[in-house]
Amino acid sequence: MDQKPDECVIKIDEGIKLIPGANAVVASIDKLVNWGRTSSMWPAVFGTACCAIEMMTTGASHYDLDRFGIIFRASPRQADVMIISGTVTKKMAPVMRRVYDQMAEPRYVIAMGSCACTGNVYNTYSTAQGCDNFLPVDVYIPGCPPRPEAFIEGLMKLQEKIRNEHLRWSRWR
Amino acid sequence: MNPKDAVEKIRERFPEEIREIKEHNGQISVIIRRDRVSDILKYLHSDPFLKFDLLKDLCGVDYYKKKDPRFEVVYHIYSLQNRCLLRLRAEVPEDDCWIQSVSDVYAGANWPERECYDLFGIVFKGHPDLRRVLLPDDWEGYPLRKDYPLQSDLGEREWQGYLDVIELAKKNMEFETK
Repeated sequence: MDQKPDECVIKIDEGIKLIPGANAVVASIDKLVNWGRTSSMWPAVFGTACCAIEMMTTGASHYDLDRFGIIFRASPRQADVMIISGTVTKKMAPVMRRVYDQMAEPRYVIAMGSCACTGNVYNTYSTAQGCDNFLPVDVYIPGCPPRPEAFIEGLMKLQEKIRNEHLRWSRWR
Repeated sequence: MNPKDAVEKIRERFPEEIREIKEHNGQISVIIRRDRVSDILKYLHSDPFLKFDLLKDLCGVDYYKKKDPRFEVVYHIYSLQNRCLLRLRAEVPEDDCWIQSVSDVYAGANWPERECYDLFGIVFKGHPDLRRVLLPDDWEGYPLRKDYPLQSDLGEREWQGYLDVIELAKKNMEFETK
């Protein structure tokens, strides 16, 4: 082979190299793990109000969340992402926290809609002013309710966040 | 039959109980004393001529600083046979806050009475299962009363269950990935 060793390596992406002669790909484990996680964000559905309707619309065939590998799960044990869609009442807060605690690591929370973010206009005795009072929220999606495009944009933002994670799979994190 | 006939019937049968009769936009409200509410509704329900057999709604009203006695319990009853709607309003004072339950006359009054108890604190005597419906069992205060705080931050009156969740969330933060 006349080529120098450097030239026979093809750079696919930042930190990912393909070696055609050896039929091999070289990449960091971070890249591989994050790739897997971004492509299979399974949400635990937690529809508490009208935003849940918008979430279901986004999940249905027209907007089709399946193409991102997002498949709704009915059990928190099988889920990676918790989507809080709708007004969060104080009475619901303990249940919500329990569902979150039941999810396995790595886990993420998306606050969908103005109510889940801040409580919206419902500054009343029964409503928690945002689910970030008792949950670590990763992505806030404003809107009342957000359009499916905005919701998908929020999911993309979460994918971006997961893609930039470093050593989350290891015990040295 | 129109509601006025029904009012006349009540006046004949329970002359002591009626306090006032009001008409607004062609709708008649009969304001009654609370002591014999159950008897009046039982009569209206079972009289073969009147037959008010459907309880459309039962709710409470708070006339804080507007009227004395402070509370009212409003019954909307409907006669399917005569196609006639009648509104009864029973007055309930604040310091002696009770009224008779009508859930033995109308089975559908069970949950509305519980809701009224939940949000206004009016006790329904004779109710088979008087617990809160909407709020948690250990909630303090009655939120639909006009002197209850309007905003979400209830200060010292905050529900203990919610404070516990916030406390738990703070405690569990150390297990989160930074």
